[in-house]
Amino acid sequence: MENSLDPVPSLLEVRGISKSFGAVRALQEVDFTLRAGEIHALLGENGAGKSTLIKVITGVFPRDAGIVRLGGAEVAPRSAKAALQAGIATVYQEVNLLPNLSVAQNLFLDRQPMRFGIVREAEMRRRAKTLLAGFGLDIDVAAPLGSYSVAVQHVTAIARAVDLSARVLILDEPTASLDRHEVEILFNIMRQLAGRGIGIVFVSHFLDQVYEISDRITVLRNGRLVGERETASLPRLELIRMMLGRELAETTSARAATREHQAREVCASFENYGKAGYVAPFDLELRHGEVVGLAGLLGSGRTETARLVFGAERADRGQARVEGASVRLHTPRDGVRHGFGYCPEERKTDGIVADLTVRENIVLALQAKRGLHRPLSRREQDEIARRYVKMLDIRPADPERPVGLLSGGNQQKVLLARWLATSPRLLVLDEPTRGIDVGAHAEIIRLIRDLCDDGLALLVISSELDEIVTYSDRVVVLRDRAHVDELTGEAIDVTNILAAIAADGAAAVAHEGRA
Amino acid sequence: MKGLPPVLITAIVLVAGFALCAVQFPNIASTRVVGNLLTDNAFLGIVATGMTFVIISGGIDLSVGSVIGFTTVFVALAIERWGVPPLVAFVAVLALSAAFGAAMGAVIHVFDLPPFIVTLAGMFLARGASFLLSTESVPITAPVYSTVSDFALRLPGGGRLTAIAIIMLLIVIGGALLLHLTRFGANVYALGGSRATASLMGVAVGKMTVKIYMLSSFLAGIAGIVFSFYTSAGYSLSAVGVELDTIAAVVIGGTLLTGGQGSVIGTFLGVLIQGLIQTYINFDGTLSSWWTKIATGVLLFAFIALQQALVAVARRPVARSAGAAS
Repeated sequence: MENSLDPVPSLLEVRGISKSFGAVRALQEVDFTLRAGEIHALLGENGAGKSTLIKVITGVFPRDAGIVRLGGAEVAPRSAKAALQAGIATVYQEVNLLPNLSVAQNLFLDRQPMRFGIVREAEMRRRAKTLLAGFGLDIDVAAPLGSYSVAVQHVTAIARAVDLSARVLILDEPTASLDRHEVEILFNIMRQLAGRGIGIVFVSHFLDQVYEISDRITVLRNGRLVGERETASLPRLELIRMMLGRELAETTSARAATREHQAREVCASFENYGKAGYVAPFDLELRHGEVVGLAGLLGSGRTETARLVFGAERADRGQARVEGASVRLHTPRDGVRHGFGYCPEERKTDGIVADLTVRENIVLALQAKRGLHRPLSRREQDEIARRYVKMLDIRPADPERPVGLLSGGNQQKVLLARWLATSPRLLVLDEPTRGIDVGAHAEIIRLIRDLCDDGLALLVISSELDEIVTYSDRVVVLRDRAHVDELTGEAIDVTNILAAIAADGAAAVAHEGRA
Repeated sequence: MKGLPPVLITAIVLVAGFALCAVQFPNIASTRVVGNLLTDNAFLGIVATGMTFVIISGGIDLSVGSVIGFTTVFVALAIERWGVPPLVAFVAVLALSAAFGAAMGAVIHVFDLPPFIVTLAGMFLARGASFLLSTESVPITAPVYSTVSDFALRLPGGGRLTAIAIIMLLIVIGGALLLHLTRFGANVYALGGSRATASLMGVAVGKMTVKIYMLSSFLAGIAGIVFSFYTSAGYSLSAVGVELDTIAAVVIGGTLLTGGQGSVIGTFLGVLIQGLIQTYINFDGTLSSWWTKIATGVLLFAFIALQQALVAVARRPVARSAGAAS
């Protein structure tokens, strides 16, 4: 009825969805419309709310507000299983099937053809074979699923979902672990399914693939809907701006111009440093008293670069030098020994130990560096904790409070304190302002500049371009797991960074081909 | 199909071991010895069949030895002291043990507790309950016991296939059919692969958990009855530590301790290997019977190491394709 204005009837309609986790608003009033037979890309940076939206639609998370309509009728599944029964199937990047069971069992688990209480194995295999043949797969369905490639597992998962009469198919990063040829197979299947009237939601951070396969694009940022566009009429630069830019005020770095960074001493340098299949070889110089920003889309190789620099990942080529002397960075221990510190992006899982106190978290890295045989006395610990709680203004100023009870911003400060206590020469910060409220945001940025003025070398990753522009002396731009540009001084502004990220599609395709 | 290579290795170990024993003591290769081996290990084979389901589903059941002990005491008291007809006593004790297993399964699922802890509690509970009934060994003199003990199929070569050995063989065969041919069996493997994924794929994980532990305790109850036939007595200290022998038999039989892979046939072979070692020691006469434990320990180590190696090999193709993707 109300759809009469819409030329194409919508299959899945999401209106005004909101979802909070504690104080964090993960989704605010998000709308999303999927038409029958279309491939609709859902895009956004990390933390934009893509996964949350999918999980709310499929009932994994309960929603705080909003409605979901499937084929005009309101649905409110309470679990992924209920969503599946309603006709909404999701295939995640990590295939949610059972690798220890045969392909056929995976396809027909809990609905095997039966006779007298016995599974008709031969019949089940025959049906599995027929089903997969429809997807262009001719494999031994009696073999365990785990013995096949990820691509085959994906197709099996899709086949199961479609066979369960899915009307909406959500593919969450399906191509992340596939090679070019496998992606092609998957895309053919997607087009075929769309042709049968199934609506497909395609979540991916590979923009080339998005342009290749999708009909329309919806972009989320910070839990809000940025816009919904026809893919054909959306230029790449505009899309990246939707994903990354905020108000896009031309905030040029005020301080970059005032610094004569060339004169500064090199702290660490990397020549032709890289790892096959991880990050293409790059040259990088990090100087004392200088902030280097890493900019790029999700999956462009920012975190990968940081992990190589710290030693969390082992490079297979190139030369690393610290203060001019060549060094070996094979493990995080090597990094710590050379005075490097690393605050990872996943604060909760990779960083803080939530049950330990602020004091214990702060002395963790220092103690590890000193080794087990030279324990820090309680008095030294108290002294260190007090100093950093004061210096970084950690609130509440109680070193004996479990870190898990602190706000995100203060947790981030505790992490910073942990590394500062080891008196590092280089600090790597991966998304230091992620999930932090606006006030703490500014404080962290101020801290970064202060640390830098004290002579520390900093390598900072951020999706917030205005932020990078504010504190960076140099900005390295990454695309498709390679360093593609370096901006210095006056050249550092949001527009230039965006242009470098978008650059020409031809180069991106070349990279894709190499992969 | 599943877990075939480890089962093959178990079979080879059994055949090779049997051949070695037969070379030293030619008498071992007789139906008489084999028949006795089956009889002596009947209760172990029955309880190990149930344990196979539990371990494949990713769990563990430490309570089975205590349930066997409880069953023998309960049956003995019911028949000898309370004057209950043996058949009624059997039905009652089986109902009790099945309910006990179902309760453990429900606790594991509802409170999301590790099976290790829950069944450990079950182990103390059942053992304690059997002491509560009687601390002494209670001999069973009911006529049905002597009838059953006397019953046996004559094997060519003078061997005897006793009633309890037949019960064990039937349960092993039934267990294998249940595990490999039914939807229930497929779901057991699914649970062992990943509970979360199995649930997403529509398996009623809670019901399955209850049923699996119920099956294990029920079979432990049958093993207890068989044990009481074997010893013609009920004793609260019987079958102490049997849960560990059982787990050893299951693992030696090629079932992955982390779940997801295994077979009842393998478990049966594992039971036979343990029985063979015991038989060898009896034949030798000079060795302490504790050598059974030492040999079992060595075998267990070997099989766990082997499984790790097989798992590592199985993972490799996936890693290779991931490498090619980047």
